[in-house]
Amino acid sequence: MTTNTSEHGAVPFWRDERYIQIIAQVIVVAALVALFYWLIHNLLTGLAALGIPLSFRFLGIEAQFDIGETLIEYSRNSTYAQAILVGLLNTIKVSFIGIIFATIVGVIVGIARLSRNWLVSRIAAVYVQVLRNIPLLVFLIFLSTTVFHKLPRVQQALALGKMAFLTNRGIYTVWPVPAEGWNVYKWLLLGSFVIGVLVAIYFYRQGLRTGRMPLYWLWGFLTFLALSIIAWFVAPGAPLALDYPYLAGRNFKGGQSLTPEFMAILSGLVIYTSAFIAEVVRAGIQAVSKGQREAATAVGLTSFQTMRLVIFPQAMRVIIPPLTSQYLNLTKNSSLAIAVGYPDLFAVGSTIINQSGRAVEVILITMAVYLTFSLLTSLFMNWYNRHTRLVER
Amino acid sequence: MSEPIIICRDVHKWYGQFHALRGIDMEVQKGEVVVIFGPSGSGKSTFIRCINRLEEHQRGTIIVDGIELSHDVRNIAAIRREVGMVFQQFNLFPHLTVMQNITLGPIYVRKWNKDKAEEIAMQLLERVGIPEQAHKYPGQLSGGQQQRVAIARALAMQPKIMLFDEPTSALDPEMIKEVLDVMEELAESGMTMMVVTHEMGFARAVADTMYFFDEGQVVESGTPEQIFEHPQEDRTKLFLSQILQH
Ligand SMILES: Nc1ncnc2c1ncn2[C@@H]1O[C@H](COP(=O)(O)OP(=O)(O)OP(=O)(O)O)[C@@H](O)[C@H]1O
Ligand SMILES: [Mg+2]
Repeated sequence: MTTNTSEHGAVPFWRDERYIQIIAQVIVVAALVALFYWLIHNLLTGLAALGIPLSFRFLGIEAQFDIGETLIEYSRNSTYAQAILVGLLNTIKVSFIGIIFATIVGVIVGIARLSRNWLVSRIAAVYVQVLRNIPLLVFLIFLSTTVFHKLPRVQQALALGKMAFLTNRGIYTVWPVPAEGWNVYKWLLLGSFVIGVLVAIYFYRQGLRTGRMPLYWLWGFLTFLALSIIAWFVAPGAPLALDYPYLAGRNFKGGQSLTPEFMAILSGLVIYTSAFIAEVVRAGIQAVSKGQREAATAVGLTSFQTMRLVIFPQAMRVIIPPLTSQYLNLTKNSSLAIAVGYPDLFAVGSTIINQSGRAVEVILITMAVYLTFSLLTSLFMNWYNRHTRLVER
Repeated sequence: MSEPIIICRDVHKWYGQFHALRGIDMEVQKGEVVVIFGPSGSGKSTFIRCINRLEEHQRGTIIVDGIELSHDVRNIAAIRREVGMVFQQFNLFPHLTVMQNITLGPIYVRKWNKDKAEEIAMQLLERVGIPEQAHKYPGQLSGGQQQRVAIARALAMQPKIMLFDEPTSALDPEMIKEVLDVMEELAESGMTMMVVTHEMGFARAVADTMYFFDEGQVVESGTPEQIFEHPQEDRTKLFLSQILQH
């Protein structure tokens, strides 16, 4: 006993695994700190030697350039900071809409690949294979030059009835705008929404009590839909009117317009990313073993119940992490917008660099933004993994 | 033991070109315990899975509890409610607790309320000897415990017939007995059982009738006594001598 302890104590610390781990980590951290110190020191002294020390004061200067499409008020007299904000919002806009459509298309294609119908699954497989093997930049330039900029000129616009006009200056579609009944209707709409939520909560509570969870969100949504349709007829005057685009001189007015640049980057990101999402979805569903479906069937669950209660919850665990990283990829890939002329964060940043010469500062800001997106994504992923991890021994 | 609860007549099954079941005839009485054994690939699993329509037979008739298995989805659903199944690989739902595994069918298929389902699940867990595991997840249990949960899950639907496809083959030797004990108790309680197994001790003690399968056919059937002491067919003798050596 005593000899044992003394032997134990006699292990020199460089052979003690506990110390080895700590020492290894200390060395790595020290090396990293030294590396970054050296890089930053170099950068700062280099810039100082050139007479342009690192400074973000240029952000307050007037930008003096136009941006094709903005979500906020912006003009040539706005500051660089506002220009960057415009770019950031454009990045968020195309990423957000892109993520929604890429998910819808990806899920459909992914499920289609598992279809028992030979033709459907072949078409889906070809879609995935082709798109995964095209470099995104090539695909974007293809879309931009051969599709969206090859549409007819405004005067010869390709018309889909009165609903939409396709031109090389952009796509113009009909759009709902508030009409005289809107002021009343919006409150009725809000009321319908609240009631829909209450119905969903009611069904959810009932599900908790009985153990048989109804499709509470579906019932809530249907309630909302039904009430808002009823409210439409109850409200005095039509709540919404359709604003049709029309040709006014040399351009279209009214409706909603989408620039060819936006359409090119959006459709490129959606189509490209949907192929990867399709693979993620397919792998997730296939990861659930055949035995799970058989056991659920043997217990007597219908195929819809089997999907909802057994396959889907297990597939989601496999799908969500790679799916979020596809979302992140889409967001980062949106920086290729510069190739099709869509003014995203990176494109605006490039213009600012050309004009102000503040390359280091602008790149730092851009990197910080994308880093923030990444960190938020991985925070979400860690949280999700922690909450859905299968409990094992 | 007079009214057959399972009737199979000339059941055939093909996988593409491969003729997996070549005319199986079998009658199982209420409360009867049937043991099916035979070499690997002889169609034992295929046959037992036809009984609750996990596989579809292509010729012949299968009648379970008076309901004929056809393409009628109502009949299929009705039969699945009457027939419980236990798999070699347990196939518990890993994202649900033991309790949720057992109550899923009763709540969603039998439409029982949660309290009743949980009360019965608890009784079943006591019957299979692991009431203390109710709120654990399958991944936290040993193989033998998982298989006993799987038995409880099947029993929770209050089936008239239980199918077992090699329930102990994936278990370590020390866990086989705890599962066989549960099955033996179930047989004594009068459950109609169809068991694919090579546990010959269990067969001798519990089976009423044994069927020897080979190449998609029933080569020989009879009481355990007949099969073990006076096998008629050479293939049966050969197979028995091989598995009884170990
Ligand atoms: N889905 C399938 N597709 C094609 N062939 C199959 C399929 N399932 C089983 N088979 C074939 O049918 C035959 C019978 O298989 P089955 O699983 O019923 O045998 P078994 O008697 O249960 O064997 P084991 O003791 O190995 O479980 C085997 O030759 C097998 O290869
Ligand atoms: Mg088998």
